[in-house]
Amino acid sequence: MLKYTEDHEWLRSDGDEVTVGITKHASEQLGDVVFIELPEEGREVEAGEEIVVIESVKAASDITAPVAGVITAVNADLADAPATVNEDPMGTWFFRIKPADASAVEGFMDEAAYQALIG
Amino acid sequence: MADTRRTGLNELHRELGARMVSFAGWDMPVQFPMGVMAEHLHTREKAGLFDVGHMGQVLIRPQDGDIASAALALETVIAADVLSLPEGRQRYGLFTNDTGGILDDLMFANRGDHFLLVVNAACAQQDIAILKGLAGVTVTPVTDRGLLALQGPQAAEVLARIVPQAADMRFMDSVTLDWQGHALWVSRSGYTGEDGYEISVPEAQVEAFARALLEHPEVAPIGLGARDSLRLEAGMPLYGHDMDAGVTPGAAGLGWAVSKARRQGGAREGGFPGAGVILPELARGATSVRRGLRPEGRAPIREGVVIFAANEGGEPLGQVSSGGFGPSVGGPVAMARIPADIPEGTTVFAELRGKRIPATVAALPFITPSYKR
Repeated sequence: MLKYTEDHEWLRSDGDEVTVGITKHASEQLGDVVFIELPEEGREVEAGEEIVVIESVKAASDITAPVAGVITAVNADLADAPATVNEDPMGTWFFRIKPADASAVEGFMDEAAYQALIG
Repeated sequence: MADTRRTGLNELHRELGARMVSFAGWDMPVQFPMGVMAEHLHTREKAGLFDVGHMGQVLIRPQDGDIASAALALETVIAADVLSLPEGRQRYGLFTNDTGGILDDLMFANRGDHFLLVVNAACAQQDIAILKGLAGVTVTPVTDRGLLALQGPQAAEVLARIVPQAADMRFMDSVTLDWQGHALWVSRSGYTGEDGYEISVPEAQVEAFARALLEHPEVAPIGLGARDSLRLEAGMPLYGHDMDAGVTPGAAGLGWAVSKARRQGGAREGGFPGAGVILPELARGATSVRRGLRPEGRAPIREGVVIFAANEGGEPLGQVSSGGFGPSVGGPVAMARIPADIPEGTTVFAELRGKRIPATVAALPFITPSYKR
């Protein structure tokens, strides 16, 4: 089941890793995405640390690490095809992280709470 | 904001699903559901309709009835040849200040017995105050007209279906044409690098006129987002970014707008604010000027990014004044004020998030304009 952050990321638990992308709402707000800079695999990150740069035609934004942990994989296809974030945001992942605290993801919003947030 | 102003197309924008933003005190569409990228490409392929009703339209009439009097009055505040502009033609010009900086850029048209000026929304109040200080002219800000731009390779074909005489106009013509008994002030010009028109329409008809254009399948509504990327690719400067009160015409790469007649040795040399700074600089060449940059990779290099000669260390060469992603170019494009003597094709470096990205100094514009000369 997907969880959601207040920064409009979706989180999917896959075994002891968490896969992270951005929501449809976020992709609509960003507009056409033209460039994505991903973190290095193996990097240790803090919760809230800005680890992805996402540039749309309009502006640059950041995506933060939802939890502390280690980046285990990044979606390298995004470098050449950033527009897939607009075409299929819920099916486009950015990175996988192995949380330092395995239960850290449970505190995030579920679908209903997230829908209430974005109204 | 209670005092945000609305153009006559505000309701239409909302009906069309625009995302609205506050821009220079106006509530304007930044994009429509199509999105900035598709709007940009649509304009380059077909025809885009822009609401530019936030821009200031001002009429200047000679009190003695002689248009030359009004031209000479304007030449005291605009660094361009106004006097030689024939009736029915439009020219680009600059308001300058005493230190040689640019106060605004504008279009001015000779409409027989008066001039029509179109100025930037953010500078309109200042410009009107300057104009009201001129002797021998009556200054009338136009408050009862909207302004539209129809831009793109199919703009002429579409406009001719409802305003047939528009087809006969050449680039920078400015005339009055009839649409259903209403007077349109039409110029063949724009801010996209494409053929097209800017059309001043009585406020009461502006929505009906916009709808009449949007009925044609070639026409899509375009927001300020794509307007910015279109003008950037076309190498056109934006006031407040690529030039301002601290930037001379030479440094802004706009020396060409200072007509020969107003230059050193010209028939009416000087006589505008800052001429003592501007003209010697144009004669010897500005040391730093607005140049094009093509950054490597896909990351947009935006306003404020600092440019260096080497991939580490060294003094800055200058900084980016406008930059972003060019949808038609298919990559990032930028303009920066950097030394004029760096040859085109030279690799310089843009410092982005602590990394230096190579960028090639390139000629402006980034696309080939398709004006109907």
